[in-house]
Amino acid sequence: MIQFGHVDKIYASGEMRVHALRDVTLHIDEREFVSIMGPSGSGKSTMMNVIGCLDKPTSGTYVLDGIDIGSASSKQLSVVRNQKIGFVFQNFNLLKRTSAIENVELPMLYAGKSRKERRERAEYCLELVGLKDRMHHKPNELSGGQQQRVAIARALSNDPAIILADEPTGNLDSVSSEEIMGIFKQLNDEGNTIVLVTHEPEIAAHTNRIIWFRDGKIESDRLNTERVFV
Amino acid sequence: MNMGELLKLSFRSLQTNLLRSFLTMLGIMIGVATVIAMISIGQGTNDQVTSQIQSLGSNLITVTASSSSGQGGTGSDVTLKLADADPISKIDTVKYVAPVMQATGQFKNGANLASTSVIGTTPSYADIKSWETDIGRFFTEDEVTDKAKVVVLGATTAENLFGKAGFDAIGSIVKINNIPFRVIGVLKSKGSSGSADLDDTAIAPITTVQSRFQSGSSRNAIRQILVEAKSPNAIQSTMALMEYTMRQSHKLGSGEDDFKVQSQEDVLSSAESVTKTLTLFLGGVAAISLLVGGIGIMNIMLVSVTERTREIGTRKAIGAKEGTILSQFLVESVTLAILGGVIGVLLGFGGSKLVGNMMSIKTAISLNSVLLAVGFSACIGIVFGVFPARKAAKLDPIEALRYE
Repeated sequence: MIQFGHVDKIYASGEMRVHALRDVTLHIDEREFVSIMGPSGSGKSTMMNVIGCLDKPTSGTYVLDGIDIGSASSKQLSVVRNQKIGFVFQNFNLLKRTSAIENVELPMLYAGKSRKERRERAEYCLELVGLKDRMHHKPNELSGGQQQRVAIARALSNDPAIILADEPTGNLDSVSSEEIMGIFKQLNDEGNTIVLVTHEPEIAAHTNRIIWFRDGKIESDRLNTERVFV
Repeated sequence: MNMGELLKLSFRSLQTNLLRSFLTMLGIMIGVATVIAMISIGQGTNDQVTSQIQSLGSNLITVTASSSSGQGGTGSDVTLKLADADPISKIDTVKYVAPVMQATGQFKNGANLASTSVIGTTPSYADIKSWETDIGRFFTEDEVTDKAKVVVLGATTAENLFGKAGFDAIGSIVKINNIPFRVIGVLKSKGSSGSADLDDTAIAPITTVQSRFQSGSSRNAIRQILVEAKSPNAIQSTMALMEYTMRQSHKLGSGEDDFKVQSQEDVLSSAESVTKTLTLFLGGVAAISLLVGGIGIMNIMLVSVTERTREIGTRKAIGAKEGTILSQFLVESVTLAILGGVIGVLLGFGGSKLVGNMMSIKTAISLNSVLLAVGFSACIGIVFGVFPARKAAKLDPIEALRYE
């Protein structure tokens, strides 16, 4: 599903050159539930941007679901983000003054799906995260946990190849965090590939595989044998 | 994303900042309202002047006094006299000639009073001006020769003196400046042209007016000579012949003219050029205010792009293409501009009606000017919306998502 071959990412601004990723080679299979961890400045955010096709590798190859991302144009990247990736952000990033169901419909709107198809799929996704009864609420009428569930429904709406979550519980209390992790677990059980970026060990503990980054390199990559089940 | 979705989106975003949207539109609104009001008032004035001039008669040529020294034809320097009409009437292409003199008259019929101008002229005047009598008759050449004290009343004057029906007017004696006149006819109503009531008039033989109402040195001065050419094609040659004849009888070389010969067309075109210049000037002022309005839109759109950086980042992350973001913001600025334009058209329409009523001119709104104004504001929306929209479309999603 995700194949990194000797990926380097260098940010150059003026004289400064920041080597954010160094020779990263990585393989993530379909149906995996992976967390990417590391201290700040370790390159995990860059990793998240590259996996999410928001940024391209400086060198090396990245193939997502059979598509060579390194050679894609920015327009093609928009399509890949729309079709292959479901983003879940730390601060939810739902559109204000827009109902939950319309937020969920948005990626399908960009995909050009019909109104009827959008509505049906959005209702289904909201039902999956247990928010069907709140679908006409606006984000400011929902709790943090509920907003993140709407965001997960939005990520699911175009049936993406991977769900990419960036600190999805960073702004949530522990009860909501457990709830969200429960949903991710359930989605993974149903066959979704999930990549989660976090710096919290107790969140990473829910996943099957933990990849540690330090100084732009993979420090460790191991299966999580002490997995926590919710 | 289709147009319907984009429109829905832009309306929602304009709604969330209702006051701001309104203030942004204000520039365009005022600009368009000014354009519409100016054009329609200008058009109205133009139409009015045209119809007034045309109501003077067809194939009309007028001779008025003017002196090269700029003193006019009054006082001791009388340049246009009753006798000038005779040689003109001998020109082949001339159909009718009517010298015109005017005096102010206080009319009295018993207790009924009226004040209007008395036009002194010859029977041809009725043909030139296409006046017809409603009851009674117009005066004759003989009555002109006899300086008969007869008068033909306009409908309004007759009504003032004799009440609504006015039938008993014929044959009655009215006093004009205390001189008794016999009423021989009442004219058919012509209504009003703009603010002027064409029926508020009275017509008497020119000789009578001259001898009874004119005095002193201006006694022989006449106001103008109205001439009707036989056909529109004959107007130019008739005018040339008239000028020649007038110079002959006044014993003038060319360039020393103490009279002015003008066709109706001359008067029309000079009146039109005045209103055209005025319209153009006011249009320029309005264009500047539209420009200012456009800059206002650009300003607010730039603020809006900055405010919504995160939203733009989110949209791009979940798959909005640059073109989609561009059209989203462009549709928003164009919606603002068109909405401002439409409100402006309504305001301009109302404003011109109001001004028209106050100045009692008929204002005319042409579909063209409305389409032009709305189209122009749409263009402003595009021109001043492109820069902010491009800025939004080019945002780097990573930085936009990180923006606080």
